Amino acid sequence: MIAKKHTDYTATQNACKLCTPLGASLVLKGIENAVPILHGSQGCATYIRRYLISHFKEPVDIASSNFSEDTAVFGGSANLQLGIDNLRAQYKPDIIGIATTCLSETIGEDVTMILRDYRAAHPDQDLPAIINVSTPSYTGTHIDGFHSTVKSAVELLAHNGVESKHVNVMPGMLSPADIRYLKTMLTDFGLSYVMLPDYSETLDGGLWDEYQHIQSGGTKVVEIESMGCAQASLEFGRVLATQSSAGKTLAKKFNVPCHSLGTPIGIRETDQLLDTLEEITGRPTPAHYHRERGRLLDAYVDGHKYVSQKRAVVYGEEDLVIGLVSFLREIGIIPVICASGGESGLMEEKLRAIVPDFDALGMSVWDGVDFVEITELAEKCQPDFLIGNSKGFSVARQINVPLVRVGFPIHDRLGGSRVLHIGYAGAQQLFDKVANVLIEAKQEATGVGYSYM
Amino acid sequence: MTTINVLEKRQKQIYEKGEQPFDMVCDKVSLAGSVSQRACVFCGSRVVLYPIADAVHLVHGPIGCAAYTWDIRGALSSGPELHRLSFSTDLREKDVIFGGEKKLHRALIDLIDTHQPKAAFVYSTCIVGLIGDDVEDICRRVSEEKGIPVLPVHSEGFKGTKKDGYRAACDALFKLIGQGSTEDIGPYSINILGEFNIGGEAWIIKEYYRRMGIEVVSIMTGDGRVDDVKRSHGAHLNVVQCSGSMTQLAKMMEDKYSIPFIRVSYFGLEDMSKALYDVANHFGHNPDILRKTQQLVREEIAQVYPELQKIRRDLQGKKAAIYVGGAFKAFSLIKALKYLGMRVVLAGSQTGNKSDYQLLKELCDDGTIIVDDANPLELSKYIIEKDADLFIGGVKERPIAYKLGIGFCDHNHERKTPLAGYVGMLNFAKEIHATVTSPVWNFAPRRQRLAVK
Repeated sequence: MIAKKHTDYTATQNACKLCTPLGASLVLKGIENAVPILHGSQGCATYIRRYLISHFKEPVDIASSNFSEDTAVFGGSANLQLGIDNLRAQYKPDIIGIATTCLSETIGEDVTMILRDYRAAHPDQDLPAIINVSTPSYTGTHIDGFHSTVKSAVELLAHNGVESKHVNVMPGMLSPADIRYLKTMLTDFGLSYVMLPDYSETLDGGLWDEYQHIQSGGTKVVEIESMGCAQASLEFGRVLATQSSAGKTLAKKFNVPCHSLGTPIGIRETDQLLDTLEEITGRPTPAHYHRERGRLLDAYVDGHKYVSQKRAVVYGEEDLVIGLVSFLREIGIIPVICASGGESGLMEEKLRAIVPDFDALGMSVWDGVDFVEITELAEKCQPDFLIGNSKGFSVARQINVPLVRVGFPIHDRLGGSRVLHIGYAGAQQLFDKVANVLIEAKQEATGVGYSYM
Repeated sequence: MTTINVLEKRQKQIYEKGEQPFDMVCDKVSLAGSVSQRACVFCGSRVVLYPIADAVHLVHGPIGCAAYTWDIRGALSSGPELHRLSFSTDLREKDVIFGGEKKLHRALIDLIDTHQPKAAFVYSTCIVGLIGDDVEDICRRVSEEKGIPVLPVHSEGFKGTKKDGYRAACDALFKLIGQGSTEDIGPYSINILGEFNIGGEAWIIKEYYRRMGIEVVSIMTGDGRVDDVKRSHGAHLNVVQCSGSMTQLAKMMEDKYSIPFIRVSYFGLEDMSKALYDVANHFGHNPDILRKTQQLVREEIAQVYPELQKIRRDLQGKKAAIYVGGAFKAFSLIKALKYLGMRVVLAGSQTGNKSDYQLLKELCDDGTIIVDDANPLELSKYIIEKDADLFIGGVKERPIAYKLGIGFCDHNHERKTPLAGYVGMLNFAKEIHATVTSPVWNFAPRRQRLAVK
């Protein structure tokens, strides 16, 4: 049942969402030799940098067009153009990505027109690619900014050409470890691919011998350009499947068939992904995935009694919640509260589609909620654990249950980039974490100090 | 070798001591596209008022500004913890069109009813003025209705720099001051301004003053309470740390209430002792205070001295880079590092003014780089060129140091360890020692290359 939140006029307390330009920045950090610039106040860029750095523990350079009072009155064209000049001089990027903010959107900035002027003013110069996306912070959440930016990049850069055997993959907002796993999987199927975005190296790289203006890695501009010629697209996210998206744009403009899949968390969704890859390539799934699946099933069985019928509160981006619920139901856990700060209005329908006994289990879906509301809900339903990003720690602490940290952000622990959610290997990691958290809780609760499980 | 070019328009904000006449340009808005490490006006206000623990802090705007500042500081409270919650009016598209006043009014009423705060601060973010909300009027109405001070903070992100945010915060505090009773306040009484109780620092400092026989009327704003601020005009001296943020308020209190002020710093043995002696000397007609101060300084130094000497042996001759928010902190850090046998090769700040940089120059050796409003490229350039062993900064500087194989000490508001006071100096030395002497740097590629040379 979807219960009504209290009135529209109440403050949001401890938000379970972030603003759209953060999602845009994350995507732009996953394009090779790209620099993002936020068209707005200096603070937007700096706060978002700080937030991303605290999770990824990597340098995250994001520029700002740095509005002043004059800019707000007379428009931001001059500032944005100066910003682009300075980025070109400092970073020599292949691509600059401009995302708007609440400020530039409210004063009605037309970035496309500013860019036309900029290009016209530099006719003889070898300009980097410049893309722009509209991300007013008062519309949607960070995940909408993320998807909009992938879509804008494709709309502005992809073009027609001779059909190629590669596939496009739009994985959504996953961890660097997830992206690496997915790339290995595609390679194992003998597929060439364009992964957009790909921040698996840029936001999870090694130490430097010499200074790197922009961290190496990421989707190349030429690769994005070639997305119109791919044999197929793969796009993850059951909510995204019902919304406008890069995959649908490519299908419509260039007839690239789009396979919309659920985020491949757990056995069922991973099976679907592998089936799709078999279908696309005509090849069987490589043997080691069968072995990985076998070990995972073995672990599910070994641990099932420790997790069966336990109650979980799941929160985060809607498609992450849906993916996690799919996994949790496989192992007999009841996700009593499924919550998100997002408000697509689609989450309940999608969850019912993957959980047939939704009502009998007493599950409930809450969209557009904050962590204070999640605390109130959790207090009532006595969960055994929480699963979601580290911002739920305040809830876990208040109701005194363990938190399994997944997704973004993980600000209070190391290793956010290395959390693997997808595939059989990701399910294995998640299963061990969940089972061990529950076992540990029991070990501590008895006070006996049992030294066997 | 990678070359890092400094933008032409930035060159006047960088100075190498000894090379040319000193004419530092500073106190200006950040250059668009320069990737400044600064935040915005809102950030300035938010950091100053943040630790007031029995007030509601409501951020009026779209969700980002509140989300990125949720529980962001290590500012501790001995009682209520309202400051650790994040409240936002979470403005949406329809609010941008029709105005957010109704939402603000309702949110304030709800939050005050729920949390029963002693006051409420309402932070205006970028778009509030643009959509025509009369925040002053709403605050006045709610204040009348609820019988507590409801204070607008004019912190629109683009209307200046972080310093203007400090001013807006001081304006809000000034409205509270004078509202409380000053009965029972003795003659040897002070306010501590610009001390934010990061990791409990204010408690350490307050205890020193107590031992000297000095009464602390209010701390602004560490472990802050509205009622203390209200009666702070009864104190006989304002002791201002972090002068960038709070000198403004001290001057306003001097004008209106004839309370003199002194500027101090609590970092490092030298400045810490001077801070206590300056206060003792201010009340010089009471020899008892001076005697107790001498005793305190002697005892405290004796406690930390032996271990500091041990640490100094390992750190002798190592090179440090400093990039912090306010220049005043940099002065103390330079002295503290010198005490540990280290040499400062880069000293910079986000918000220093001309006289700050003049003093920085005097404190530094020839060849030291002094920089105003730097960015990641400039910081990287100079820590490489000057071959720093240690970087002192905040979250955004940390990964730059690490990538290049350089130790790091976190000296911003997010840290959890007190670095002020005598015990803080020992913590500071231990942290530096732990990072600089860590064996992990033996594996860092840049370090290995330099070692071969």
